[in-house]
Amino acid sequence: MTQTKWLAAAAAVALIGFSGSYAQAQTLNQVQDRDALRCGVNVGLAGFSIADDQGNWTGLDVDYCRALAAAVLGDADKVEYVPLSAQARFTALQSGEVDVLSRNTTWTTTRDAGLGIHFVGVTFYDGQGFMVPADLGVESAHDLSGAEVCVQTGTTTELNLADFFRANDMDLQPVVFEGFEESLNAFFGGRCQVYTTDMSGLAAIRSVDAENPEDYVILPETISKEPLGPSVRRGDDQWFAIAKWVNYALIETEELGITSENVDELRENSDNPGVQRVLGVTGDLADLLGLENDWAYDIVSQVGNYGEIFERNVGVDTPLGLERGVNALWTDGGLMYSMPIR
Amino acid sequence: MAEQAARRGGAGPGPRESTAFLRDPRIRAIIYQVLVLGGVILLAVYLVSNTMTNLEQRSIRTGFGFLQSEAGFYIGETTLVNYAASDSYGRAFLVGISNTLRVALIGIVLATILGTIAGVARLSSNWLIAKLASIYVEVMRNVPLLLQLFFWYGLISAALPASRDAVAILPGTYLSRSGLQYPAPIAHWIHPWMLLSILVALGACYAYYRWAKQKQAQTGVEPRLFLPFVGFLLGFPVIVWLIGGAPMAVDMPELGAFRLVGGAAMSPEFLALLLGLTFYTAGFIAEIVRAGILAVPWGQTEAASSLGLKRSFVLRLVLLPQALRIIIPPTTSQFLNLTKNSSLAVAIGYPDLVSVGNTTLNQTGQAIECISIMMACYLFFSLSISFFMNWYNKNIALVER
Repeated sequence: MTQTKWLAAAAAVALIGFSGSYAQAQTLNQVQDRDALRCGVNVGLAGFSIADDQGNWTGLDVDYCRALAAAVLGDADKVEYVPLSAQARFTALQSGEVDVLSRNTTWTTTRDAGLGIHFVGVTFYDGQGFMVPADLGVESAHDLSGAEVCVQTGTTTELNLADFFRANDMDLQPVVFEGFEESLNAFFGGRCQVYTTDMSGLAAIRSVDAENPEDYVILPETISKEPLGPSVRRGDDQWFAIAKWVNYALIETEELGITSENVDELRENSDNPGVQRVLGVTGDLADLLGLENDWAYDIVSQVGNYGEIFERNVGVDTPLGLERGVNALWTDGGLMYSMPIR
Repeated sequence: MAEQAARRGGAGPGPRESTAFLRDPRIRAIIYQVLVLGGVILLAVYLVSNTMTNLEQRSIRTGFGFLQSEAGFYIGETTLVNYAASDSYGRAFLVGISNTLRVALIGIVLATILGTIAGVARLSSNWLIAKLASIYVEVMRNVPLLLQLFFWYGLISAALPASRDAVAILPGTYLSRSGLQYPAPIAHWIHPWMLLSILVALGACYAYYRWAKQKQAQTGVEPRLFLPFVGFLLGFPVIVWLIGGAPMAVDMPELGAFRLVGGAAMSPEFLALLLGLTFYTAGFIAEIVRAGILAVPWGQTEAASSLGLKRSFVLRLVLLPQALRIIIPPTTSQFLNLTKNSSLAVAIGYPDLVSVGNTTLNQTGQAIECISIMMACYLFFSLSISFFMNWYNKNIALVER
């Protein structure tokens, strides 16, 4: 009797499996079998994901990929980067071309609920702003009525721009480009008087792409909320959980004061139970996630905690020169808050 | 199978008939076609249903319902269709379609004119003109269109001044990096009637032409055509305009805070795309025209000349009608190419169908639906052009008795 039931259940499972070709892809197993994490990143955005002339990728988004690879494979270098355009990014994730999308992507309802993906958290709180040539003498975004605005298509930027001009009853003449480079060239070539994208992006463009940064000013208004974060495909809860807790581990380790420099020492000597739990000295949290015990240790020792990642890629000592601001820990008045790792 | 059946049933009349039935080439052809068609349909059904299942399992939205929801993004050029960010995605698609048609239709007309001139020029007995036309044709045909678009766009943004320092090429007409800005009459209720009167004028031209031909056939005197035509085409709208109270209000481009505002404008993206498509396609049309003219035997020219026809008549009445029959079919495919090539607009920021479609795709995430809409639109454009050109081709084809 039990055998027949079991057989029937197996048949039903086989049937479901047959009808839906990808239903429950075990991403973790696939990544481990492949011994490499496929990570979708930006084609090139200073501070977030950019490749140098040796083909080495750096940036805040890239470091998330490295942290995930460190947690899953024990080696932060086992990442295959897949540069994606704004249009291709979601399709690449949906179709399984990449295991995780870490490409300065804004978390919105439409994307979270309508595209078959899950956002795993926020790695950077951004907001949209405007940049204008200094000689125009514009001081506020509210003076921009009638201006031509260069913008890249396929982004929330385009929608926020429309919302802002509609809400303030201003006249907008957008010039929309498919490529990031084309939109920049058009702005610097004088086709438009205004360029708009996220504040962090403006800072990067002003410092890296502009011939003379003093010729351009970033207007003070932030016109939107842009929580940027990685996302994974739906239908694999285990992988979703891993991706989510890797993000929290980056923040939690900063809260606990664990850095890439003191992590070895803390693992040996710390008697703080929180530190011991995160670094896998005690507890069985890793088992629940399906990872090795030293997953968070691998992340911090190879990539660093969130604060280190921030300062290395976009902080005040980098060309972007961004303050922590809202991206500081909640204990310092920011928004970065990890769910308790316990 | 069939062979076995044939051997077994060799004696009886019944099976023999069935063998013959299967061996009949016509029957077999039908069976094969049914099998192939069935296979294709099965494959299509499988692909569609599999896609739908997968999309549903990954909770990805499907269906065309999104066309009614608010688009929320601006489109830079809305010349023919009124559009605001609060309009629907469906309307945004209409704007994209109208922008594609606008550049494609103007491009087709200009490319035909330029191509014909270049083709005839290449046959010119003037060495310089012939060589210049050859260089033009070879350069245009051998440089990829995308590069040509970048060239024109780069030329416009590099050579022209910023909008605030625009050059006035005519009073009230300015050229700058923001494009060509010119005065436009402020909308008035009489304007649609003026458009209608132009259509009436075209009808009048046609009627006059028929009358003139008849008169020529009866009396041998050919009435003048040019002046009456101009009279009809200018006079009708002017009369309607006067009836409407002769509205004179004109919207002039004026210097705003950032740039010239007001009037009407052709964006640099549109100009670059139009120039690129026109010059590129004209290169191919020139070769088609040259081939068409060369294909008419020299004896035709000699025969026409020996009848005492003027040179212009030889070209118009003898050479061209024969050359056109050779020119039309390949030109049709150039028109189709131009229309489809206009999708390269996306590279230089002109909001054509593909550009709007891509934006919609990005905002809604409904890739399959958006791509199908774009494909269906281009298919419709292309089939319409082919249909029209085939009709025209049939009209001018040699009537054989």
